[in-house]
Amino acid sequence: MIEIEGITKTFGEGASAFTALDDVSITIQSNEFFTLLGPSGCGKTTLLRTIAGFLDPTRGKLALDGEDLLSRPPYQRPVNTVFQSYALFPHMTVAENIAFGLEMLKKPKAQIKATVDEMLDLVQMAPMADRKTAQISGGQQQRVALARALAPRPKVLLLDEPLSALDFKLRKEMQLELKRLQHETGITFVFVTHDQEEALTMSDRIAVMNLGTIRQIGGPRDIYDHPAERFVADFIGDTNFLQAELLDTTGEAARIRLGSGAETTARAAPGGPGAGGQVTVAVRPEHAAITGAGGALLPGTLQEVVYFGTDTHYHVDLDCGGRFVVRVQNQPGHMQPREVGARVGIDFAAGIGQVLKD
Amino acid sequence: MSKGFDVRRQTGFNTIALTCFVLLYLPIILLVAYSFNAGDSIAIWEGFSWRWYVSAWENEQVQEATLRSVILACSSSLVATSAAVLAALATTRTKPWRGQTLVFAMVNQPLMVPEIVTAVALLIVFAAVKQATGYTGLLYLVLAHSAFCIPFAYMPVRARLQGMDLDLERAAADLYGSPVQVFRRITLPQLWPGILAGAMLAFVISLDDVVITEFVKSAGQDTLPTYMLGQIRRVITPEINAISTALLAISILMVITFFFLNRTRK
Repeated sequence: MIEIEGITKTFGEGASAFTALDDVSITIQSNEFFTLLGPSGCGKTTLLRTIAGFLDPTRGKLALDGEDLLSRPPYQRPVNTVFQSYALFPHMTVAENIAFGLEMLKKPKAQIKATVDEMLDLVQMAPMADRKTAQISGGQQQRVALARALAPRPKVLLLDEPLSALDFKLRKEMQLELKRLQHETGITFVFVTHDQEEALTMSDRIAVMNLGTIRQIGGPRDIYDHPAERFVADFIGDTNFLQAELLDTTGEAARIRLGSGAETTARAAPGGPGAGGQVTVAVRPEHAAITGAGGALLPGTLQEVVYFGTDTHYHVDLDCGGRFVVRVQNQPGHMQPREVGARVGIDFAAGIGQVLKD
Repeated sequence: MSKGFDVRRQTGFNTIALTCFVLLYLPIILLVAYSFNAGDSIAIWEGFSWRWYVSAWENEQVQEATLRSVILACSSSLVATSAAVLAALATTRTKPWRGQTLVFAMVNQPLMVPEIVTAVALLIVFAAVKQATGYTGLLYLVLAHSAFCIPFAYMPVRARLQGMDLDLERAAADLYGSPVQVFRRITLPQLWPGILAGAMLAFVISLDDVVITEFVKSAGQDTLPTYMLGQIRRVITPEINAISTALLAISILMVITFFFLNRTRK
């Protein structure tokens, strides 16, 4: 278990000081696949480097299984990193790279050899063991970097956007591969990415970060279906934002009145705005349906139909102002031809909308 | 090819380029050519011969001066390179500290201070030391040469350290390598081409030095360049050409060696 408590990192001094991490607190469970997700400059890599020991935080506490980490240099932390640039040692072979950590730990020769062989098999690089790292492809380098970091059996594996340099197909493969490795090894993975899809596919839990702060922590479904605030809703997936009046809340259920005058229920996270005010409600494009104008929650005019192969996007200008996008999966025989300019309605079930905190 | 501005198509480009090359290389070509002169003159060609090479080879003063030059160049490049590696590490692998720029400037001081000034200063200091200690050995020259060779050794080492991916050292530390192990296993193997380049540069600079050597050397401590200077004051024979050509050949050989060393290591 990693306990991150009130970590703050400030670069520079005085007027030019820049706060990369602002009072960040997270608890990461053992064996968890935990992702730090956010746009570039949000502090996710800074946090990762702090855990690895390459950066000293200005304030805060960091403990692994109850033991303080901040007082130890990087080479005394049972934590290994997969670097974004892979950082393979160019003057060593693939096998020598993987053996490096074990040699530094002064493991017996026979054990080093056995572990290296095991790691080579694990990442399917056994035939390349004696190649220099410059002689293998990007995807292979990525796997060697992974094997090298896993070989000493760290308690925690830190991964700094390890897939960003790979092409689309290879990235998809490696995502599943990483997930499999995490299952097989039982090591805690802390994964840094700016790719929301990657985060949703692989993670047990995600921390969405922005401007050095944690905006929301939760499972992929939780984060996607119930974003707590506008930044999270906007950063992950596509979202429609609706202005609504919050009538009253009971627990997590909130009664809202939409701009069209229709009333429905939405989910409100605890600690959100109180009843009686204007709020923003987020609705995912695929959670809404397009219907006839009569009796729908939100009537409007169809402005654009965009065909995407797997699905079709309907852009609707609402009568109450604003634009709403509905995504409908394309099923054979179910194509409803709708003309641009036609009167249509938008419907979504009670409890689908999410009342945002801001 | 683009039809934009191309310096090679400007009027007179070929003439200027050719003039530059002729001015640069013609004297050297003449020098090399006359080292094979059979006659006693450095200006009148009397046919091909190896006699001046043989004569230089058998000249005991040349032998002595050459040996002294090589010993001096070897030891001072060793001292200078060691100091340069430490200086380069201190100016690239530590957190920025107050006075870092000053140290950088001071390490490179021999490049900026006129050589004659350093020479006179060393002469005065060493004269006092010689009088106080009575020691008149080669150590003064080794010290002086080491000092002005440091920036030449420092520059390629520093460039190499700065060009190195810092993540490599981070990765090694992350994989339980202590600072000493990281230096030995990761930094040093990658630094070798830079260290070799620095050492070779320092070697050639030391081998070539006249001004400081002339001021610092004790009696009977001629190096090859100061011996040649002394000879030219008396009578000039193609033997000087032969020695110069040999020096030139050594320099070219070192450049080529270094080029290939650097290429295979990448």
